[in-house]
Amino acid sequence: MNLLNVDYTTKIPNNVNLTSDRQVLKALEGWHPGYLDWWNDMGPEGFQESLVYLRTAVSVDPKGWAKFDYVRMPEYRWGVLLAPQEEGRQVNFGEHKGQPAWQEVPGEYRAMLRRLIVIQGDTEPASVEQQRHLGKTAPSLYDMRNLFQVNVEEGRHLWAMVYLLQKYFGRDGREEADDLLRRRSGDADAPRMLGAFNEATPDWLSFFMFTFFTDRDGKMQLESLAQSGFDPLSRTCRFMLTEEAHHMFVGETGVGRTIQRTCEAMKAAGIEDAGEIDKIRALGVIDLPTIQKKMNLHFSLSLDLFGSEVSTNAANFYNSGMKGRFQETKIDDDHHLTETTYPVLKLVDGQIKLVDEPALTALNMRLRDDYVADCAKGVERWNKIIDRTGVKFRLELPATTFHRQIGEFRDVNTTPKGVLVDDATWAKTRDQYLPSRADGDFIESMMRPEVEPGKVASWIAPPKVGIDNKPGDFEYVKIAA
Amino acid sequence: MNATVLKQHLIDPEICIRCNTCEETCPIDAVTHDDNNYVVDASICNYCMDCISPCPTGAIDNWRVVARAYSLEEQFSWEELPPQQHAATPEASDVVETLEDDVAAILAEAHKGVGGKAIAPASATKPTINLYNRGKPAIATVRGNYRITAAEAETDTRHIILDFRDQSFPVIEGQSIGIVPPGIDASGKPHVVRLYSIASPRDGEKPNANNVALTVKREPNGICSNYLCDLAKGAEVQVTGPFGATFLMPNDPAANVIMICTGTGSAPFRAFTERRRRAMPQAPGKLLLFFGARRPEELPYFGPLQKVPPRLLTQHLCYSRVAGAPKTYVQDRIRVESDMVGNLLREPATHVYICGLKGMESGVDEAFADICRHAAIDWNAVKGEMRASGRYHVETY
Repeated sequence: MNLLNVDYTTKIPNNVNLTSDRQVLKALEGWHPGYLDWWNDMGPEGFQESLVYLRTAVSVDPKGWAKFDYVRMPEYRWGVLLAPQEEGRQVNFGEHKGQPAWQEVPGEYRAMLRRLIVIQGDTEPASVEQQRHLGKTAPSLYDMRNLFQVNVEEGRHLWAMVYLLQKYFGRDGREEADDLLRRRSGDADAPRMLGAFNEATPDWLSFFMFTFFTDRDGKMQLESLAQSGFDPLSRTCRFMLTEEAHHMFVGETGVGRTIQRTCEAMKAAGIEDAGEIDKIRALGVIDLPTIQKKMNLHFSLSLDLFGSEVSTNAANFYNSGMKGRFQETKIDDDHHLTETTYPVLKLVDGQIKLVDEPALTALNMRLRDDYVADCAKGVERWNKIIDRTGVKFRLELPATTFHRQIGEFRDVNTTPKGVLVDDATWAKTRDQYLPSRADGDFIESMMRPEVEPGKVASWIAPPKVGIDNKPGDFEYVKIAA
Repeated sequence: MNATVLKQHLIDPEICIRCNTCEETCPIDAVTHDDNNYVVDASICNYCMDCISPCPTGAIDNWRVVARAYSLEEQFSWEELPPQQHAATPEASDVVETLEDDVAAILAEAHKGVGGKAIAPASATKPTINLYNRGKPAIATVRGNYRITAAEAETDTRHIILDFRDQSFPVIEGQSIGIVPPGIDASGKPHVVRLYSIASPRDGEKPNANNVALTVKREPNGICSNYLCDLAKGAEVQVTGPFGATFLMPNDPAANVIMICTGTGSAPFRAFTERRRRAMPQAPGKLLLFFGARRPEELPYFGPLQKVPPRLLTQHLCYSRVAGAPKTYVQDRIRVESDMVGNLLREPATHVYICGLKGMESGVDEAFADICRHAAIDWNAVKGEMRASGRYHVETY
């Protein structure tokens, strides 16, 4: 069969020739009903019967992977799609550099690899769970559609990871696949594996921040796994990345449109000072200082996802050829990293200092640096929106030491500028830096749904370009279909 | 042809979110970036369009007609896209049908009957134009060449299928392609390009085929038509285009489409009808065809038309030379259907397309005027309004 085209003859659309792989097909078909149960229980609440204008991949080549049509979400064609295999691909880093990429799991790395896949896989359903109530308060049908697109694609990413578990890890893999459906975001007994994925996503600004900051961590992780010497993982992640780009887009433009609307409303009302919070909120928009606080929160939670700055696990993942660096093959060095160092921000004798650490153990820090740089560019584009309206205000990423639960700075408090403060000071000033309960209540009060085609809620500007070039009043979701 | 004009592919820095998908997707590394912007290198981009659909934002789908390509440095410095610099053609101020002067002249002449500036329907798909030119033509392979007028008929009209294999050649219904006949003319110059409307819908003669169909009538002493009609299966043809950005089909399923044609003027309407049938068979809008020929044997696609269900297309086939029957021209038939046509002309969802020989224009126009007079509608006002909203189209030759 043509590897670019998707086989729809089995229940599970795929381009991995499942028809001739009966055992895996059977395992996946066994898992499928559980997945649908999970989707119906934990997927978007209240819109399972609605027709949503979604894109579905009909092949993984550039022309075929974005076909748009109305679909009921439970009927979305989730499937197993891998980027095409590259002839002669090699392991590109670590101690196996130069060897042919593995098509099967190398025995000695089995446990390590399974762990990597399970951690990645666990984040996918978690975000669907976190976002399941948002449909009811969507600021427009356009945004509602984008939310559901993100949700079904996170669902597909779960499929992608489950395929790897079931195909390459036998009984262990099947059990792990079942556990991915058993854990629940925020559940006291069976929580999701990573902290940020157990936080609630209570409102749309949180959702946009989440897709900007937390899904961007996903992008960095997928980028590093796409470098993997284990070829099926690399191919899976490469195709996931094309979908992930849409999630970045939803986050960046969602926050951008919120900022745009706030600045426009301030200008129209003649308010110059962004700090006049009550007056600005009275206009039905979210004030910029609160947006800054939301940024501080989501940025710091997402930094925790990179793990400890100095990590032997990270070194082992790299050395074994399982997980590379961001854009590994574009980096000009020896790709062994055994002789070099990398500067790591650490707490030394009560001082925040850059310390040179062996580059191999500093890989989490390095990936996080790449992430911070990527975030900073997006924040700059938000600042441009503010500049263009003439409002005097700048959004800034907080220091990486701020509000951390994991890594070097987990036991200390710093301000967003990175100044160490004692516990008492922190307790007094916390609400200046992070959203307070009152801020949350205010944002929640803004979350009134707008379901008329072409209309958007008061607190957010309409999108500049429609999805799939559709006009502004396009009915992206036929709710009562 | 004006060799200095270029259609440059650009990325909108205000919309782009720097996700790197385009750079990752581009098979020939024409996309690059700095800390500020993602940009396309005009000296590398070959318009393969692979980057267009994966872009999550739509930032990738921007084009400017330029005399000199914007350099990478210029593009890196942008905070927003520069406006389209207007060329010297006053009528085509914002719609560019083609970048080639000779083709522009042909299209301008063909669209003259619109009686003003030609405007695309509001719901039409944004067309791609000028991917290939004489200097860099696409090479198509003939996959089929079938006579579609009866064997005994005087006219020899053919349905020719051209396959583009792995070359990207995106067309939409209503667009034309240029055929470059080989050889030189009496004065020693290469033959001029001829335009042919595509007769197949955007996804190919059969769904998902990378080919187009043409409807070609053999003209006595016609250089290009004889060249095409004589082509054997497997022969290779130089193709330019696609061209045309106004005579396009509305995507709105509620749009009523009145199609009036003679002879090979039926080609775009075959494409329109097939597009509706494939993409929106339940569309509430009506498709209405007035199609004139001398005799049924000379009416292109007479056989296939018999199989098109009336639910999809209302057909009025008119013959002017059938022995023993009165001569009926398309305008006569339009008058017979005056009630229905009058009602449709009142509707803002109605689009009119006229395609065929220049001679049919005045007769059709008079028929519309008569119908409107009886229905107390001011045809000139309605026509003006339809033209301005992209609902009145003429392509005649």
